Amino acid sequence: MPLPSYTLGVMEASAYAPEVFARGLPSSPPEQQPEANGEPIGSVAGVASPLLSLQGIGLSFGGVVALADIDLSVRPGEIRTIIGPNGAGKSSLINVISGVYRPDRGHVQLDGVVYAQVPTQRLAQLGVARTFQNLALFKGLSVLDNVASGLAYKVRSNFAGQVLGIGRSRGEQRDSLSRAEQILEFLDLTAVRDRLAGTLPYGLQKRVELARALVAEPRLLLLDEPMAGMTAGEKSEMATFVRAARDRFATTVVLIEHDVGVVMGLSDRIAVLDYGRKIADATPDEVRNDQRVIDAYLGVASDNEDGAGI
Amino acid sequence: MTAITSDFFSAPVLPKWVAPVLLLAFAYGVVPLIGSSYLFEAILLPFLALSLAGVGLNILTGYAGQVSLGSAAFMAAGAFAAYNFDLRVEGLPLIGSIFLAGIVAAAIGIVFGLPSLRLKGFYLAVSTLAAQFFVQWALTKFSWFSNNSASGVIDAPRLSISGFALDGAIGRYLFALTIVTVLTFLAHRLVTSQTGRNFIAIRDNETAARIIGIPVLKTKLLAFAISSFIIGVAGVIWAFAYLRTVEPDGFDLDRSFQILFIIIIGGLASIRGAFFGAALIVVFPLGLSRLGGFLLGDLFDSGVLDMSQRIVLGALIILFLILEPDGLVALWDRIRRRLLFAWQST
Ligand SMILES: Nc1ncnc2c1ncn2[C@@H]1O[C@H](COP(=O)(O)OP(=O)(O)O)[C@@H](O)[C@H]1O
Ligand SMILES: [Mg+2]
Repeated sequence: MPLPSYTLGVMEASAYAPEVFARGLPSSPPEQQPEANGEPIGSVAGVASPLLSLQGIGLSFGGVVALADIDLSVRPGEIRTIIGPNGAGKSSLINVISGVYRPDRGHVQLDGVVYAQVPTQRLAQLGVARTFQNLALFKGLSVLDNVASGLAYKVRSNFAGQVLGIGRSRGEQRDSLSRAEQILEFLDLTAVRDRLAGTLPYGLQKRVELARALVAEPRLLLLDEPMAGMTAGEKSEMATFVRAARDRFATTVVLIEHDVGVVMGLSDRIAVLDYGRKIADATPDEVRNDQRVIDAYLGVASDNEDGAGI
Repeated sequence: MTAITSDFFSAPVLPKWVAPVLLLAFAYGVVPLIGSSYLFEAILLPFLALSLAGVGLNILTGYAGQVSLGSAAFMAAGAFAAYNFDLRVEGLPLIGSIFLAGIVAAAIGIVFGLPSLRLKGFYLAVSTLAAQFFVQWALTKFSWFSNNSASGVIDAPRLSISGFALDGAIGRYLFALTIVTVLTFLAHRLVTSQTGRNFIAIRDNETAARIIGIPVLKTKLLAFAISSFIIGVAGVIWAFAYLRTVEPDGFDLDRSFQILFIIIIGGLASIRGAFFGAALIVVFPLGLSRLGGFLLGDLFDSGVLDMSQRIVLGALIILFLILEPDGLVALWDRIRRRLLFAWQST
């Protein structure tokens, strides 16, 4: 599989692509809000469209505006990072992309299809996997079973077949366990494969969650603070894994991370959120020198370094 | 709820199937030869029925994380359905009646499992009470279920497997043992299958389970169906093999709580735990009444026994929840490891 070009320096500050709407289906223009959750409102054909784009996303909780008029586009193969202070709306954004939240305004366009709310239960089929800011492992399952469960969306055999060991269930079981083993090896987790996930140290649990997301070989991987609460050494190890995952599976990555040092080296493009608004969207170098970003975020980075956003 | 595996040493492990196979050989080969009828009637038959009910509830509550207080309703549904299939369907073998009874219980389980799609934990538990009250009410209200018997109490049919009559205590014991063995084996296969992993995933983190593509609603209802099937069959064993009568009264809320206590004391999310818990629940009152009779003589009448039973059982449950939330199974595994360790280091 040829790696998509994600090299630095080819993108402008504001690279979202409102023009793709021009090619929306005439019968159901994207502006029209659908009634049912998870129903595509329209689709946009064409290879040039970004893998993911958000248009005018707004979301509030009671009086709290979590997201205000957010546009974001993500190209195939890039590592797209979102930074911002605590409470800026980063997790809310990931939750909107993965359909956990339904935005009050705007839509999510995934692979050319426009949604008012992304259908969470079909997310895996759509090639999207995610991790959570707070650990969301299955504590009572072994590491291997946790990772194998990342392939649950593919299972076609029913419980009777599985219990009796007939039909396609055996092949599926073998296949998912062997793929899980491969991912464990890839992320250097083989030594703990039979441990219950809940008994692992925090940093390893984070890595198991990455493994569970990666085993499905998603086209889009959403990582909500995968390095939060880690030591510097663990962080750079995790950064290496994220980059390796992108390179090996040609996965597109949307990454939320606090540690500016890690982000600068890892990201292709960075969007900066503050109080639910996007205040910058550019390459790491440009973001580093953006006065608004420095004021809003980087200037206080040293306060933020220790465990903020965990 | 989750067992912690100890890392500092590994016991010389026999293959996992050895212990159950030895136990079965003993249960089939030795127990019928040496057991008294008291052992079968008062201990082993209720133990087998309650163990199976515990296995069923553990699938729903221990594995899939859906709390239910309706177990006795599903037992009753199973018992009465089997009775009526046996009575009304000409030529249906007993085992067929029992299977269909399980299906009926599963269907009722699905209906009363529907609130689980919206409710969790305590609220779900309360909503399963609806099953408890409704089933008991329907069985009492419509005498058709009891074949219009005046007393509402009906005799269970004679037991037989493929034409082979199983009368007497030993026969009924073997009948119950066989059904419990088969269903327990299948339940074990289930909880280690992909579906079993899905149950645990939904229990441990429903949002994450949905995100990775587990069909959460379908899986919850499946857990209700399978659990109720097994509990329904346990109800058949309770009525046909143990009590020899079918009546709604024995399947009241107390019974539902009893089965819940069995899996809490035995160990949630453990097939073995159901057997440990059932053994304790069955043997404990017998032991208590002996002890009370020995210490207090005539003062220890059935009223006192009943009350002291409840008090001690309540205390036990609190103790377990605090000190050993993983139940007797975890306790047993730890003791066994210690013994092995001591034995190794001599
Ligand atoms: N489920 C929710 N209910 C209520 N408020 C929420 C919820 N999720 C997020 N918020 C609020 O939205 C804002 C953004 O939160 P979040 O997206 O978690 O920020 P970040 O991940 O950048 O720290 C915060 O003020 C937070 O309190
Ligand atoms: Mg967050």
